[in-house]
Amino acid sequence: MNVELKNIHKRFGAVHANNGICMVMESGKIQGILGENGAGKSTLMKILSGYYHADEGEIRLDGRPIKIDSPSDAINHGIGMLHQDPLDFPPMTVLDNLIIGQVGGIFPKRKKVLGEFLELQQKFDFNLNPESYIDTLTVGERQQLEILRLLWLGARVLILDEPTTGISAAQKEKLFETLKILAGQGMTLIFVSHKLEDVEFLCDRIAVFRTGNLVGECEPPYQTDALVEMMFGRVVSLDEKKKLETSEVCFEFKQLSIEDYRLEIRGINLKIQRGEVIGLAGMEGSGQSQFIRTCAGLIRPVNGEIELGGKRITGKPYHHFMDLGIAYVPASRLEEGLIPGLSLTDHFVLAEKQNGFLINREKAQLLTSQRIKDFNIKGTPSSIVESLSGGNQQRTLLALLRTPVNLMLLEHPTRGLDIESSIWVWSKLKDRCKHGTGVLFISSDLEEILHYSDRIMVFFGGKVSAPLEAQHTTVDQLGQLIGGKGF
Amino acid sequence: MEPQLIFIGLAGILGASAPIIFAVVGETITERAGVINLSLNGTILLTAMGGFAVAVTFDSLWLGFLAGAIIGALVALVVAFSSITLKQSQVAVGFILAMLGRDLAYFLGSPIMGLRGPRVPALPIPILVDIPIIGPIFFNQNLPTYVSFLLIVLAYFYIFKTRPGLMLQGIGERPATAYVRGANVNMRRYLYTIIGGALVGLAGPVFSLSVKAGWKGTISGLDGFGWIALAIVIFGGWNPIRAAFGVYLFGLLQWLGLVLQPSLPNIPSQVLQVAPFPLMILTLLLVNIGNAEWVDRFLASLPDATRHFLAKLLRSLRTSPPASLGVPFENE
Amino acid sequence: MFKTGLNWVNLGFRGLAILLALVFATLVMVFSQAPPLEAYRHIIAGSVGTTVRITNVLVVWTPLIMATAGLLLTFTAGLWNIGIEGQITLGAIFSTWALRLLQYSDLPPALIMFAGVIAGALGGMIWASMVGLLKIFGNVNEIFGGLGLNFVATALTIWLIFGPWKRPGVGSMSGTEPFPTELWFPVFLDYRLSLWSLGMGVAAIILVYFLLKGTYFGLRLKAVGRNSRAAFLMGIPTTRYLMLSFLLCGALAGLAGATQVLGVYYRLIPAISSGYGFLGLLVAMLINYQVLWVAPVAFFFAALNIGSIQLPIVLKLDSTLSGVLQGALVLFVLIMEGVRRRLIRDR
Repeated sequence: MNVELKNIHKRFGAVHANNGICMVMESGKIQGILGENGAGKSTLMKILSGYYHADEGEIRLDGRPIKIDSPSDAINHGIGMLHQDPLDFPPMTVLDNLIIGQVGGIFPKRKKVLGEFLELQQKFDFNLNPESYIDTLTVGERQQLEILRLLWLGARVLILDEPTTGISAAQKEKLFETLKILAGQGMTLIFVSHKLEDVEFLCDRIAVFRTGNLVGECEPPYQTDALVEMMFGRVVSLDEKKKLETSEVCFEFKQLSIEDYRLEIRGINLKIQRGEVIGLAGMEGSGQSQFIRTCAGLIRPVNGEIELGGKRITGKPYHHFMDLGIAYVPASRLEEGLIPGLSLTDHFVLAEKQNGFLINREKAQLLTSQRIKDFNIKGTPSSIVESLSGGNQQRTLLALLRTPVNLMLLEHPTRGLDIESSIWVWSKLKDRCKHGTGVLFISSDLEEILHYSDRIMVFFGGKVSAPLEAQHTTVDQLGQLIGGKGF
Repeated sequence: MEPQLIFIGLAGILGASAPIIFAVVGETITERAGVINLSLNGTILLTAMGGFAVAVTFDSLWLGFLAGAIIGALVALVVAFSSITLKQSQVAVGFILAMLGRDLAYFLGSPIMGLRGPRVPALPIPILVDIPIIGPIFFNQNLPTYVSFLLIVLAYFYIFKTRPGLMLQGIGERPATAYVRGANVNMRRYLYTIIGGALVGLAGPVFSLSVKAGWKGTISGLDGFGWIALAIVIFGGWNPIRAAFGVYLFGLLQWLGLVLQPSLPNIPSQVLQVAPFPLMILTLLLVNIGNAEWVDRFLASLPDATRHFLAKLLRSLRTSPPASLGVPFENE
Repeated sequence: MFKTGLNWVNLGFRGLAILLALVFATLVMVFSQAPPLEAYRHIIAGSVGTTVRITNVLVVWTPLIMATAGLLLTFTAGLWNIGIEGQITLGAIFSTWALRLLQYSDLPPALIMFAGVIAGALGGMIWASMVGLLKIFGNVNEIFGGLGLNFVATALTIWLIFGPWKRPGVGSMSGTEPFPTELWFPVFLDYRLSLWSLGMGVAAIILVYFLLKGTYFGLRLKAVGRNSRAAFLMGIPTTRYLMLSFLLCGALAGLAGATQVLGVYYRLIPAISSGYGFLGLLVAMLINYQVLWVAPVAFFFAALNIGSIQLPIVLKLDSTLSGVLQGALVLFVLIMEGVRRRLIRDR
C-alpha cells in the first residue's frame, strides 16, 4: 500500500512541529526517517497512526485520500505503529494483550487466537511464551509481540519508532530479518531512528528531518557526511576558544558502572578539573541522564567509585552530595526543579540556609529582588513560578544554586530558551567556572556542546566515548558518534 | 458445640455477608476501571434506608431493591462526573459523599425507623439442600444470597475471561494503550463506575430487607461496612473471588466474636464486634509491605535461603492496584 | 488545591455553590415533608438566639477548630489524615488515664488538669505517629491506616469503659465515673463554656497560622505537599516533614480530646470524639485550606450542629439535618470549583 503525505502541518502552541511535509512511501520498501530529537519525526508518525490530528494536509493510501480520526481508524485502514515504548498492558499475559482491542464477540476464542499466534510467530522465528506476563519480557520481546499483533490485525503499513533503542544485538538482527521479510511480502515499512548505521543498513530510502522540516531525501549508496549535515545543519563559526589551563582534579570517577531497566553503562573513567566544562552529547535515552544523576548522588552505581577531592563519596545519600557542593539542576523545570504554587521569594527562602525559626519576610524579599536583578528574571518576588516563561524558570533554577558550588550538573540548561537567554545562562556558568566550579551538562544542541565544552563525552545506547577535546572535534565527528558510528 | 449449630452458623455467615459481597464486587469493578468510589459507607447507609423506605411504601421488595440500585448508581454518577469530567480529587468527593450519604440516610430515615416492612423470604433449594454438610450451608439461603454467590462468579468470569472484561482491566492499567486500541476510556470509566455503584446500591437493601430487616438508624449496625468493603477490595487484590474470601473471613471473625462472647464476659460485645477492623490494617500492611523499598534492602542482607523464602511469601501476598487507579485520563 | 482569588468570578461561583447547597437541603426537607423555613428559623434561633446558646456553640467550636487547625498541617503536607477521629479519641483516653492516675494524689488540681492536657496531646501524637509509620514503612495509604486505627480507637474506648475503667457496679454506655469537680475546667460565669478550652483552641489556630505563614517549617511543609520530588532535590528531608505533620496534627487532635474530657463531659464516654474529626475535614475542604477562615466557618458549622439539636423536639426532625447542610455545602463548592476551572480552561 503506497502512503502519500501531502502538506502536513502540526503546531503545538508556538512550536511548528511539522511544517508542510510532503512524502511518498512505497509498498515493499523500507523507508527510513532520520532526525534528531525534536525534529518532528515522532509527531508525523503519530499523525499517520491516528494518535494526533494534523492541522492541515492530507493523507492518501494508494491514491485515495483518507481520514484518520483515531488510532482505531488507522488500524482499520491497515496502518499500525510500534511505539518506542511499546503500548501494552504490563501486568497481563501475552495472549491477553493480543486479544484486547481485537474486534469480536464477547467471548474470545482463546484456542483459535493461540493457534494463529503460534503459527504467525513461527514465520518470523520468534519465541514468545503466550502465558508469560508482559512485565517479565524484555523490550525486544515486547516489540516482537506488538509487531505480531499489528500484523495479525491486518496492518499493511508498519511504522516503527526508534525500535532499536534498548534491545540486544541479537534481537536487532532478528528484527531486521523480520522487516526484510515483511518488505518482501509487499508491506510498507517506515523506520524512524536516529541511528545512522541502522538506517543506512536497512532502508531503501532515507528522509531527513530537521526542526519540523523535511530537509532532504536520499537513496543508496548513502554518504554519512551528507546525512549528518542534513540532520544537524551547518554550524555557525565559533569564537576563539581558550584552552583550559590544567589545574587540579576535583572529581574523579573510577570504573563507574550504572544499571537501569533499559541500559547498562560500564566502566566510565573520568577526571574533572576545577573550572572544567564537560559536555554530554547523545540522543535522549542513551544514558547521559543516568550518568548525571549518579554524579548527583541520586542513583547508586553498581560498581566503581566517585571521589571528590580525593575523598570517597560513593553510595552516600543525596543530601551528603548536596552538602559537599554538588548542585543538580533537573531538566523538567516544573516537575522536578520548582514548586508550583510557591512564589519566587518562597523558593529563595527554601534554597538559602535556614536563619532561625522565623522567616524574615523583608530580608527575603530584598534578597529575591536582588537575585531577580542579578539574573534578569522577568517576574516579581511574589510571582508564582508557573507564571514565568521557560527561560525565566531556568534563570530561577540557576539563581537558586548556592555559592560556592564545586560541581554543577545540568540537564539541558538552555532547552526552550531563545538565543539571548542561552548566551546569558552560559555567561553565568562561565563566571562560576572562573571560580573553580566544574560543570557537567547534557544538551542535544551540538553547537552548544562544541562551543562551551572543554571536553565532550558522547553517549550511545549505554556506551560512552572517551572524552574528546572539544577544540579538536568537528560537527561531523560529533554527529557520527551520536548516530552510533565509531564506537 | 454441636455440628448442627456450626452449620447454622456458617450458613448465617454466608447470608450476613451477602451485602458486603455486593459492595465489594461492585467496587472491585469500579476500581478495575481506574476510579475510586470512596463514598461506599454513605451509599450503603443511604440505599439501605432508601430501599427499605420504598419497599415499605409500595409494599414491594423488588421496588425496594431497584431503588437501592438507582440511588447507588446516582451517587456513583456524582463521583464519576466530579472526577472524570471535572477532574476534582476522587478522594475528596468520595469522602464528602460518604459523610453526606450517611447524614441523609439518618435524616430522611428517621420517620420510618422501627417500621415493619417486607422481608425477603427464605428460599431453600429443594434436593440440593439435603446434601450432607454442603446442603444446609449453601442451599438454605434466600434469593439475594444466591445472587451474591452468582455475582462473585459472574464478575470473575467477566473481568478475566471475556473480551470487554479484558479491556476493563486495560483501561485501569494503562489507559493510553486502551485508547490506542480503540476504547473510549472515559466513557467506559463512567459506565463501570455507575455499574459498580448500582451493585453497591444493592448492598443496602440486601441488609435492610433481608439480613436485618428494617431501618433502625444509628444502631442498625451498618455504619462502617463501607470502609471495610473498601479495604477488602484491596485485600482481595481487585479479584472478585479473592475478595469474596476476604468478606467471608471477615464475617467468620465477627461470628466468632459473637460465639465466644459468653465465654469472655469481661469483654463487651461491642469490642469483639469491632475487633476484626484492626485486622483490616494488619492485612493491608501485609499486602502492601512487599512494595516498600526498605524491605528490598533488608531482604538483600539476608542469607539466600531465608531471602528466597521470604521473597516468595511476600510476592504471593503482594497486590498491586490497577496502575492508573485514581489518575484521570487525558489523550493528547 | 486551588487559589482563592477574591475576584468576582470566583465569588460568583462560590455564591452559586452555597445557593445550590441550600436548594438541595431545602428539597431534602420538602421531600421528607418537613417545613424548610421553620427548620432554618429554629436552627438560627437554636444556635445564636440567646447568649446561652452561643456559648454552647463555642463549646463545640473549640475542639472543632483544634482539629481543623491540625488538619491544615497534614493537608499542607499533601496528606489525607482521616485518622484524626482516632487521634482525638486517644487524646481523650490518655487524658482520662492521667486524671485517674493523679486524682487522689495530693497534687494541686490545676497541676493535675495540666497533666491531663499534656497527656491528651501525647496520646494524639502517638496515635498519629502510627498512621505515619504505617505509611512510611508499610506503604499503607494513610486513608486506610487512619480508618483502621479509628476503629481500633473506638474499640479501645469501649473496652475501657466496660472493662478496667467501668463504673462501680455495671459498666454502661454513659461512660466512666465522672471526675471530682475540682478537676473540671472552670466555667465562665454560668455557662458551660470553659475559657481554658477556648483559649487553647484559639491558640491552636494562631500556632498553625504562625507555623504555616511565618516559619521555615511551614514553607518546607508546603513544598513537600506540592511537589515532594522537587522538595527532596532541594534538600528537604521529605519523610521527616511528613512525620512531623502527623505528629503536630495528632497533638492538636489529642488536645481536642483532652478538652472534651476536662471541659465538657468530665469523664470518658464512648463517642468522645463526637465526629469532630470528620467535621474538621469538611471544614478544611470548604475553606480551601486557608487558615484565616477556620474560625468563622467552624463557628458556622458548630452553630448548625447546636441549632439542630432541638429539631427533633420542636419539629420532629432528625438532628442530622446539620450534617446534610454541611455535606451539601462542601460538595457543591467542590463541584462548582471544578465547573469553574473547566469552563475557564475551555475558553
